[in-house]
Amino acid sequence: MTATQTLDARSQQLRRLVVRMLKGARRGHVGSAFSVIDILRVLYDDVLRFDPANPKWTGRDRCILSKGHGCLALYALLADKGFFPHSELDSVCAADSILGGHPDANKVAGVEASTGALGHGLSIGLGMALHLRIARSDSKVFVILGDGECNEGSVWEAAMCAGKHRLANFTAIVDYNKHQAYGSTREVQDLEPFTDKWQAFGFAVREVDGHNIDELRSVFTSLPLDSSKPTAIIAHTIKGKGAPFAENNMKWHHKNKVTDQEVENLLTAIGGSNNA
Amino acid sequence: MRERCLKTVTELARTDERIVFIGSDLGVGVMADFKAAFPDRFFMEGVAEQNLVGMAAGMAMEGRIVFLNTIATFLTRRCFEQVVVDLCMHNVNVRLIGNGGGVVYAPLGPTHLATDDLAIMRSIPNMTIIAPADADEMARAVRATVDYPGPVYIRVAKGHDPVVTTETEDFQIGRGVPMRDGHDALIVTTGVGLQVCLAAADQLTASGIDATVLHMPTVKPLDTESLTAAVERVPVVVTVEEHSIVGGLGSAVAEFLAEADLLGLRKFRRIGFPDVFPSGYGDQAGMMRRHGISPDAVTATVKELLVPRSRRRLSEINRSGLWPKFDRVV
Repeated sequence: MTATQTLDARSQQLRRLVVRMLKGARRGHVGSAFSVIDILRVLYDDVLRFDPANPKWTGRDRCILSKGHGCLALYALLADKGFFPHSELDSVCAADSILGGHPDANKVAGVEASTGALGHGLSIGLGMALHLRIARSDSKVFVILGDGECNEGSVWEAAMCAGKHRLANFTAIVDYNKHQAYGSTREVQDLEPFTDKWQAFGFAVREVDGHNIDELRSVFTSLPLDSSKPTAIIAHTIKGKGAPFAENNMKWHHKNKVTDQEVENLLTAIGGSNNA
Repeated sequence: MRERCLKTVTELARTDERIVFIGSDLGVGVMADFKAAFPDRFFMEGVAEQNLVGMAAGMAMEGRIVFLNTIATFLTRRCFEQVVVDLCMHNVNVRLIGNGGGVVYAPLGPTHLATDDLAIMRSIPNMTIIAPADADEMARAVRATVDYPGPVYIRVAKGHDPVVTTETEDFQIGRGVPMRDGHDALIVTTGVGLQVCLAAADQLTASGIDATVLHMPTVKPLDTESLTAAVERVPVVVTVEEHSIVGGLGSAVAEFLAEADLLGLRKFRRIGFPDVFPSGYGDQAGMMRRHGISPDAVTATVKELLVPRSRRRLSEINRSGLWPKFDRVV
């Protein structure tokens, strides 16, 4: 699933919100946001329990974007769901904005944990999942990791611990677009055999197409994969997915000084409309 | 001290279901009572400090009060980013219990010497730092942390230190404890530095020098009110800590006194480990002594700073309220 036309109206609309943020901020991790946005879309549209009017509702599911640099995608979903007004999207990275280049839980309703420094979210989510188990809650915890993030040793400390505790309410989703800042993951720090690694740490693992909405929905709504294990979903994605000129193009991992022309080019490439 | 600390955590957990204990790979049988009574709130998660701190933060975000115990150097140096981001940025109720604060682990060498823990923790917004002087004070301090907002670092000294604190009231986080009263010098200390300073004060008294000893079991936030009141009466201020002179209690006191324009012509010295990795092994007291953290060294420093010839007279002037002139006399 690599062609632009395969994006449905909802996926196009959410990407257009990301571009709206770029227009205001003139910068952002575009490739990372487009890579993870379909995963977030399915979680927020079809899977997670939440209440935008009561973001700390104890009965909610917890979702942590551990790869905090993908936050433009998260902001798009949170605004779309009503956690804060759409108008905030025009202020990203402004001095007094609630929305920065990484998500801040102290400022943004719906952000469970401040992330940005990589390798933190899985442990925080693990602590939440352990608490929920003690509290006999049926809420679930989802933590979304980047592939480059999985270079961090702390990710594997947390994975080892989750495996030990057989935390079935705990799901790690890896946005595996095979690219990190310098180049391909294979070149910088090869993660393979990736599935084997998660299995060895005690996870039930499923590989999915991270842009196939039906497949994501089907897997995410049938968790846990194994009632005595945490789950790892390895989502094969495309960095920059949705704008062919940005796909797998490292210049779009993090883009500075975004021009009006580039904004227009992105909107044209994405297609669709602002409403879905 | 560590035993009383953990025993107090267990006692508190009996009546407070929010309390959770996390250890790394502590000795066999540690917290056995807690584990037996509350197995679902007991976690021993291995030599993975980054994960321990992160998971503690996650639990605390959910309303738990987490007591996390391992060796001080690993809590401060190893997982500094987790302490900053997960605990302090989120301002969550995790209590870090750092074993072997200072040079308790002298025989184990420099990787285990926590001579920079106060400096490391002081640099982080929202962090509170407590360094009790003995087991009794530790028990009171741990009880005081339960409903105190935000992360707290609790520095644990060696076991079986002499009990020197006498307070019976509840521990007040952020409050200094005057232990001796005198007009000739002020000695400010924390942790088991208090034992050193009380012995030094006895030596000074025997020499006719009356020193105030101000114990700061809370290093951050610093009790600047008590400090101001104590400083205004004396010509000499000495800080004493089982820590590097860089960034710890001495630095905190110096920063405050300088910026509050309280130094004037007062003489000020920090006693602690110099800015090097302490060398050698031996034991805690020996290592402290070798680096000038001893009653004899504190006494000598105070005497050196006082002007022997005029000390008594100046003390009298000071008591008479003519202190500003005293500055010029010196």
